[in-house]
Amino acid sequence: MSDAEETSPGSAEKVGAGRTAPPQSKERKQQARRRVLRTILLTGGVLGAALSGYLPIAYAQKTRLRPPGALDEQDFLSSCIKCGQCVQVCPVQAIKLADLADGYGQGVPYIEAREQACDFSCDAVQCILACPTGSLTYRKPAFMPVRPGAKLASKPILLAKESDAEPTLNLAERIGVARLTRPESCLAIQGKGFKGPARGAEFKGELRYMSVDRWKPIPISEHPYDTALCDLCVQACPVKGAISIEAVFAPDGSSRKSPVVHEPCVGCGVCEMVCPTEPASIEIMPGEGWRA
Amino acid sequence: MKEILRQRFIEQIFVMFGREPRKPAQITERALRAHELKRMTNKQDLQAMKAHMRSHEEKSTRWRNRRWLTLIAINLLFVLSFALDIQILEGALTASRFIGFHLIDLNSAIQVMLAHKHIITNLLIGTATVLVLWILFGGRSFCSWVCPYHLLAEWAEKIHLWLAAKKLVTDQPIDRRLRSVFWVAFALLAVVTGYTVFESISPTGILSRAMIYGSGLLALLWVLALLVFEIFFVRRAWCRYACPIGLTYGVVGIVSPVRIKYTLDGCFHEGDCRKVCLVPHVLDTVIKGRAVDTEVPIGPDCTRCGLCVDTCPTGSLKFEVKGLSKLM
Repeated sequence: MSDAEETSPGSAEKVGAGRTAPPQSKERKQQARRRVLRTILLTGGVLGAALSGYLPIAYAQKTRLRPPGALDEQDFLSSCIKCGQCVQVCPVQAIKLADLADGYGQGVPYIEAREQACDFSCDAVQCILACPTGSLTYRKPAFMPVRPGAKLASKPILLAKESDAEPTLNLAERIGVARLTRPESCLAIQGKGFKGPARGAEFKGELRYMSVDRWKPIPISEHPYDTALCDLCVQACPVKGAISIEAVFAPDGSSRKSPVVHEPCVGCGVCEMVCPTEPASIEIMPGEGWRA
Repeated sequence: MKEILRQRFIEQIFVMFGREPRKPAQITERALRAHELKRMTNKQDLQAMKAHMRSHEEKSTRWRNRRWLTLIAINLLFVLSFALDIQILEGALTASRFIGFHLIDLNSAIQVMLAHKHIITNLLIGTATVLVLWILFGGRSFCSWVCPYHLLAEWAEKIHLWLAAKKLVTDQPIDRRLRSVFWVAFALLAVVTGYTVFESISPTGILSRAMIYGSGLLALLWVLALLVFEIFFVRRAWCRYACPIGLTYGVVGIVSPVRIKYTLDGCFHEGDCRKVCLVPHVLDTVIKGRAVDTEVPIGPDCTRCGLCVDTCPTGSLKFEVKGLSKLM
C-alpha cells in the first residue's frame, strides 16, 4: 500500500485533492496500469477456480449415492449448505462429505455403500431431521418433480421395529435401487454357501443385528455367517420385503436360486455392503427408480 | 455537526464497496480548531512530545490475544462438539446448531437461496438469528473473531511483512472495487448455474469442514495456494479484495453499535494503525486534517480486530459500543 506517502503530512493534502484529478507522472500511470492488470488477473484466477467446479460435474463417471430423503441431484447440490450436520447424527458414520474432486459437490454428503451403508440404525432417519435447508426432507415441496420410479408404493417397514406401534420409515422416495449387476459371480446363483465374516476380518463396516443388540450396531467382522446357500443380502436387508431368494429359470430351462429385488427396496445399500464376493455382485444404482 | 457525521457515515458505506476515501468537504468547527492547533504547535515541542510518548510506549497485544483465543475457542467448540459428541455447537461455520438453535451463515444462506430459489423455515430462522447476533457483535467481527481463514491469513501476513522488510517481496495492491464485483458475480453465478458456486471455493467453509470432519483435503490445497499467493504477491488478497462473506457481514456492520472510535486530540498522525490494519481505507480519518469531528466512529468495513487499538501509542483508537456510554 502507499500508506507511507499518504500519512506523511505533505502528501495527505495531495491525495485529498484527488477530486480534481491531478496530472499523473509517467510512473504513476504505469503503476495504475499494472494495478488494473493485476486486478483482472485476480478476477480471472478466482472466477476460473470457481467455475472449474463444473468440470467434475460435466465429466462425472458415476453418480453419488446421497443420504435418505435427498432431493434430486441438481436440487440437492443447490440447496445443500455443506454443514455436515447429517454426518454428525449418523450412528454408523455412513455419510461422508465430498472433496474438491466433486466440483460443486465439494462438502456435500454422500454414502459409499460398499464401505458403510445406511442400515437405518437410527430408526427415524436422523439425517433428515438434522438437515437445516431441506436438502434431505421427509416431504418434497409440491413443485419439485418426482423421478420416474422413485416414489415408494407405501412407507417402507423397518424390520427392526416391525413389532413397534409405528413400524414404518418416514420415507416417500427411494434414493436408489439395488440390482444384481454381476449375476455370474453371485454365490447363490452358483449354488454355493458362505462361511465366515462377510467381508473379511479387516472390514470396518458396521451393521445392526437385532439378534445381538437392538440399539447398537456392531462391526460386520464380528458377526460371522454360516449358510448352506448364500443369502447374506436377504439376511442383512433392513427393509421388509425388499429382497428374497427365488427360483429363477435359465434359458435352457434349468432352475437355480437367485436374489430378487422387490418394489419396497429403498436403495440403502446394505446388500452391497455385505455381499461377500469381490467386487460386489449386487450394487446400488444411485438415483435410479424401480422398474417392474 | 450531526449532518457532517451523517455524511461521513454514508461516505464510509461507499468506501466499503470500493470507493477510495477522499478528503472531507466539510469539517466541524471544533475539529477545524483541533487541526489548526496541531499545525501551530512548535516543531521542536512536537518532536519532544513524540519522543516522550515513544519512550513510555508499551507494545500491547491485548486485543489480539483475546481475539485469537475467541477464534480458536469457537472453532474448537465446533470440533469438540462432534469429536467428543458433546453436542453444543453442531455443524460447521456455514450452518450449525447452538444447543439446538439454528445458526446459518448469512453469505451461505444467500448463496443457497439464490441457487435453490426455494426457502424453508429453518433456513430463515437460522439466518435471522445470525443476523441479530452479528448486528449486536459488529458485522465484520465475524471475520477477525471467528473465521479460521482470517487467522491463517494473519500468520501468512506476518511472513509477507517479514519478507517485505527484507525487500524480497512487495505488496501488489489490487483495485478494492473487485470485492463488490465478486459479490455480484457469485450471486449471479448462483442464480444462473443453480449451484452454490462460491461455497466450493470458500476457504472459510473448506477449513471449517476440514477441521471438524477431516474431509476435503484436496480442497485444502486451494486454501494453501491462496496463502502462498498472499505471502509472495498480494498482502491479505482474499480478505481484502475477494471474499464476499466479508462484504455481507460488512453490510450488517453498518447498523452495528460495536465499533472503533477515533479521538482526534492526542493523535500524532503517525499512521502506525494504518500499517497493521487489514482495511486501512477505514482509517483514512487518522490522516492529518481528515478527521471531520473530534471523535469519529470508524466505518462498517472495519473487522473490529483491535490491532489498531493495540498499536496506537496515544490511545486515540478505542473500542466503543454506541449508546452504551450514554446509558452508563
